[in-house]
Amino acid sequence: MTDPSSPVPPMASNESWRDWLLTAEPHSRHQARLGRAYVTWRRFSENRLAVTGLLIIVALVLIAAFADLLAPHSATIGNLAGARLLPPGSPGFLLGTDDQGRDILSRLLIGSRITLAVVALVAIIAAPVGLLIGTVSGFAGGYVDAVLMRITDIFLAFPKLILALAFVAALGPGIENAVIAIALTSWPPYARLARAETLGVRNSDYISAVRLMGASPARIVIRHIMPMCLSSLIVRVTLDMAGIILTAAGLGFLGLGAQPPMPEWGTMIASGRRFILDQWWVATMPGIAILIVSLGFNLLGDGLRDALDPREAGR
Amino acid sequence: MAAIEASKPARRRRVRGLAVNFGRFAIMLATTFLGLLAVTFFIGRVVPIDPVLAIVGDRAPASVVERVREQMGFNLPLWEQFFIYLKQALAGDFGISVLTTNPVLEDIRNVFPATLELATVGTLIGAGLGVPLGVVAAVRRGSIADQIVRIVGLIGYSVPIFWLGLLSLLLFYARLKWVAYPGRLDVAYEYTFTPITGLYLFDAAWTRQWDVLWDAFRHIILPGSLLGYFSLAYISRMTRSFMLNELGQEYIVAARAKGLSERRIVWFHALRNASVPLVTVIALSYAGLLEGSVLTETVFSWPGIGLYITNSLQNADMNAVLGGTIVIGSVFIAINLFSDFLYRLLDPRTRAK
Repeated sequence: MTDPSSPVPPMASNESWRDWLLTAEPHSRHQARLGRAYVTWRRFSENRLAVTGLLIIVALVLIAAFADLLAPHSATIGNLAGARLLPPGSPGFLLGTDDQGRDILSRLLIGSRITLAVVALVAIIAAPVGLLIGTVSGFAGGYVDAVLMRITDIFLAFPKLILALAFVAALGPGIENAVIAIALTSWPPYARLARAETLGVRNSDYISAVRLMGASPARIVIRHIMPMCLSSLIVRVTLDMAGIILTAAGLGFLGLGAQPPMPEWGTMIASGRRFILDQWWVATMPGIAILIVSLGFNLLGDGLRDALDPREAGR
Repeated sequence: MAAIEASKPARRRRVRGLAVNFGRFAIMLATTFLGLLAVTFFIGRVVPIDPVLAIVGDRAPASVVERVREQMGFNLPLWEQFFIYLKQALAGDFGISVLTTNPVLEDIRNVFPATLELATVGTLIGAGLGVPLGVVAAVRRGSIADQIVRIVGLIGYSVPIFWLGLLSLLLFYARLKWVAYPGRLDVAYEYTFTPITGLYLFDAAWTRQWDVLWDAFRHIILPGSLLGYFSLAYISRMTRSFMLNELGQEYIVAARAKGLSERRIVWFHALRNASVPLVTVIALSYAGLLEGSVLTETVFSWPGIGLYITNSLQNADMNAVLGGTIVIGSVFIAINLFSDFLYRLLDPRTRAK
């Protein structure tokens, strides 16, 4: 780090952590950043709904990580002889069993991995693509901007689910293809957002200063513009995650996403559809899981937006 | 006098501005539509490993494969194929559906009114409830009412629509027997009722067949309410945001100072100004419902374009899938541009510039 200020011990004896973090005159970049994060966290944690959302997501990650230990039964091999379509609360099967005699709770727990993987993969593919296209388009301007934004608009004009359906139809059903299809349809809003943020900063003094120092356009975009777009992009991606989960579940429900023995939640609803009249729990439980998780992402996204962007707070 | 003299070039400039705007609009429409067709072409011809094998099967002799390849024009260079595809699509020829053996466009013409009716009912419910809820939430910001509207909206954003559809069928159809299912009409009416426009509610009311109207209503109310709930979530949230924006303006203070009643200020002054962006939002949610009906139609066996697409998907009928995609995409583009146009029309500030 090229830190001009003299290193100051993080905590003087009579100072508390809080004062150190909230100081108006930080002594190092490190301190300023930590202080900024602390203020954001305080604003975020004031919002009870947002913290609930965060807890749901943390729980989801933990469940996905330890699903093997938590699941009481196998997710794919059922007990056809003695445990078909047991109602919730049956001994040993808290949420009941499905038509193959599989424990629904275990399937939900293992299935959280698929949900999390889909969300993470789509975010990892779509967000950087959108960020790159948006920043390059906004920074370069001219023809590059016009062409890139036209392409973005074309994808934006498409109905998302229909486009994903058509892609999966051509690629063939499967969870990987569903991820590709959803990623292909979700980058355009990120490009739009990143472009707007880029236009906001491209003419500011610090960019001119960096350019005077001889930085290449690539370096300016990557080191000095992209970080400015990150916070709004993170908010947007978090808010979109619920939509990604719902789209993936919808594709699974139509039989185009994850394929049957996989405990994907949408697919589980589809297979429970036949028994909905008499064994309601087979289709109901996965739906509750989807609802809770996407609600968690929505609450988290709302809270993040309020914390990171005070202008929009309370809207 | 100077003002009058200056007005001539100003008018000319405005006309030229309009022409430029119109030109830009036309280019946008053309490129977006071209992009739509390019993507569907890409999906239909390039992504599958070999479309010919998909039709004749992998056990067909090589001579047959070769003949079909030539018949379908797959031996031509890609750009030439695209050109032919473009020409056919612009003429409304999306090929023959393998499943129904009808031309795809004819099939779509038959099923589209069902989707249109469903989305219209959904939007009416969504806007009819969503706008007042959003206004109340904005006026009583931070109150319990605001929190409830927020939670209702958040759940609407988070719930899988097909799951909610299944559960509501279980409750309102199977247990309570309040609504009818499946499809748009009972079998008894299916052969006695001849639709005119394809919008059954309208047709039945027009021909004064009240029993048919009641039956159609009992069929549409549940899927319509579900879609309505989804657009309600979006519309109420946006209404709240727009209203908060308006209520903070100075003209509201002026209206209060004038001694107008709070009700008049909120519902007449503020809502009227908020309604400009709201029209766009409602138009967009209408377009979203046309798309969102795919899952709802599947759950409710509603014979619309969504069910048509999913049925074709399950039978690997790519012509029908892509035809449906093009039609929904075109409607989507049209509504998007129309809402843009409406915004310009309604907001005087965008007019003079």
